[in-house]
Amino acid sequence: MDIAVRIGSLELKNPVMTASGTFGYGEEYAEFMDLNKLGAVVVKGLSLTPKEGNPPPRIVETASGMLNAIGLQNIGIERFIQEKIPFLRTYDTKVIVNFFGDSVAEYVAAAERLSCEEGIHGLEMNISCPNKQKGWCIFGTDPRVAAEVVSAVRKATRLPLIVKLSPNVTDIALMARVAVDAGADALSAINTLTGMAIDIRTKRPKLANRTGGLSGPAIKPVALRMIYEIFSAVKVPIIGMGGIMNADDAIEFILAGSSAVAVGTANFINPLAASEILEGITAYMKTEKIDNIAHLTGVAHET
Amino acid sequence: MSRFFNATIQENVPVHANHNLLTLSIPEGAPAPLPGQFFMLQVSRGSDPLLKRAFSIFRTTQQGVQLLYRIRGRGTEILRTMKEGAVLEMLGPLGNCYPNPPRDKMPLILAGGIGIASVFPLIEKFAGRSIVFYGARTKDDLLMKDKAEKLSKKLFISTDDGSAGSRGTIAAVLSSFLADPHSPIPDCHIYACGPHPLLRAVSEIAERHGVTAYVSMEEHMACGIGACLGCVVKTRSGYSSVCKEGPVFKSTEIVW
Ligand SMILES: Cc1cc2nc3c(=O)[nH]c(=O)nc-3n(C[C@H](O)[C@H](O)[C@H](O)COP(=O)(O)OP(=O)(O)OC[C@H]3O[C@@H](n4cnc5c(N)ncnc54)[C@H](O)[C@@H]3O)c2cc1C
Ligand SMILES: Cc1cc2nc3c(=O)[nH]c(=O)nc-3n(C[C@H](O)[C@H](O)[C@H](O)COP(=O)(O)O)c2cc1C
Ligand code: FES
Repeated sequence: MDIAVRIGSLELKNPVMTASGTFGYGEEYAEFMDLNKLGAVVVKGLSLTPKEGNPPPRIVETASGMLNAIGLQNIGIERFIQEKIPFLRTYDTKVIVNFFGDSVAEYVAAAERLSCEEGIHGLEMNISCPNKQKGWCIFGTDPRVAAEVVSAVRKATRLPLIVKLSPNVTDIALMARVAVDAGADALSAINTLTGMAIDIRTKRPKLANRTGGLSGPAIKPVALRMIYEIFSAVKVPIIGMGGIMNADDAIEFILAGSSAVAVGTANFINPLAASEILEGITAYMKTEKIDNIAHLTGVAHET
Repeated sequence: MSRFFNATIQENVPVHANHNLLTLSIPEGAPAPLPGQFFMLQVSRGSDPLLKRAFSIFRTTQQGVQLLYRIRGRGTEILRTMKEGAVLEMLGPLGNCYPNPPRDKMPLILAGGIGIASVFPLIEKFAGRSIVFYGARTKDDLLMKDKAEKLSKKLFISTDDGSAGSRGTIAAVLSSFLADPHSPIPDCHIYACGPHPLLRAVSEIAERHGVTAYVSMEEHMACGIGACLGCVVKTRSGYSSVCKEGPVFKSTEIVW
């Protein structure tokens, strides 16, 4: 059975990876799961300099989901390289670094710095964050700004470049095309959907940041529809995510058009989720007599 | 032995209005919990409620671990209905623990409300040696009062409505205890768990008297292992996770 997948020039031994921000820097979960089993570890979003993040409360549980407003807290690229890469290099899995900036220049500088380190196999660009130069509008929701930042980063790195799309747009297919035209080797989708919750006792938003990103099973139908639309719009591989809790969910994402999947919020519920999902996918392939995972990608589009 | 395992309910009994004592048998070889550590429990198999709930380790007995919980919202309401024999997914023991006081220091243990669950292992550990301060809303919300009385050198009680002990907050009792020039032990370490405003008051009092205090903090949690950065509190060195770097912090570390 062939379960290896290609994400641009990057070859993964299987299609299951972790979603950025839900798996720390990998080491937090190493006690529960053999990281060697993963197709790739995608680490918490990094920026050139450390970020403090938002004040608490940062998370609220909602119906079959959760809102988070972590505010991209991270230790910064230098400390990541010094302290986390050596650990990750002891594993036989690909390391994909999720990163962001608050200006085009910062994105470029981050990509350049990450590209000259051994042990980083791919970059995932988070464009769902605010652009300081343009009055804090979100990079990933304005097609022109998205095109500008992706093409600038494309010129700055030879590593496989994955652009992670924001779902908070009217036309996800358009954003997908923009990212691919600007040089993305692959796309990942979806990031969290912006939402909020209000405490009826205090009559105030439950999150200190007022709004946050919704993740978990609640967003799965929306995520799946977006993958389906992106698959029709572009030719590059798609990494699907958004509410994947088990193998059945993951297979739906593959049928909708994903080449690989990422497990996010499910890690919090079951720290073994990613490896169990991989086992479930191979069991499904066996019963369905499918010998190559690539044959499943996008099958839901066939008439 | 993994810190993620199935636990079986041995007993789940009401101890007072709105409070249950839960006894869980955990697999052999599970790491022994330390005072101040906690577990996270998955109260449902489906996706709603989604996240695990955090509970302090109240006691470790022959039968297993005991948690003392207040019925508060959906998750604890579901937990209340669970019967002997039910199996729950559990993560832990998690977090750091209350550090030992230097030999010559007297432990002062303070609890507000359900905070008693977290400090109870200390009360047991320092049996006959500690002074315990325990505050609750009313007489009926005081749990394990007799046990605490037996295990402590002295027990101070307060309730918001004055139905037991002195009326007012337990921080006020601690404050007058420390202010009393005849107070037997100016040389002490404070360990406290309770609502945020109470811990802030304890921290101020401790600082005023030059006493070291450790406080156990609470925040909403998702992963419980330091991966999501959802459960932070502000400290002098930036935001720190309650689940991994805490829940116990030196009171002077917290930016209140
Ligand atoms: C380290 C730690 C130790 C704790 N120890 C105990 C204990 O020994 N006994 C006990 O009764 N309670 C304890 N709590 C509080 C307990 O976790 C909450 O009361 C419980 O999660 C409420 O769940 P619910 O579904 O009933 O309430 P809901 O309000 O319906 O919960 C909704 C969401 O908010 C979270 N939440 C609500 N209240 C709190 C809170 N005070 N702290 C953290 N998250 C909260 C829930 O986990 C859930 O994700 C502890 C909390 C922490 C962080
Ligand atoms: C606590 C938390 C932190 C996250 N941090 C990041 C991040 O730093 N960068 C990023 O691109 N996505 C981040 N995400 C989004 C996830 O990677 C993922 O796209 C999203 O949660 C949807 O998947 P899920 O429903 O399986 O969690 C975060 C999500 C959560 C829940
Ligand atoms: S709950 Fe995830 S970091 Fe503490």
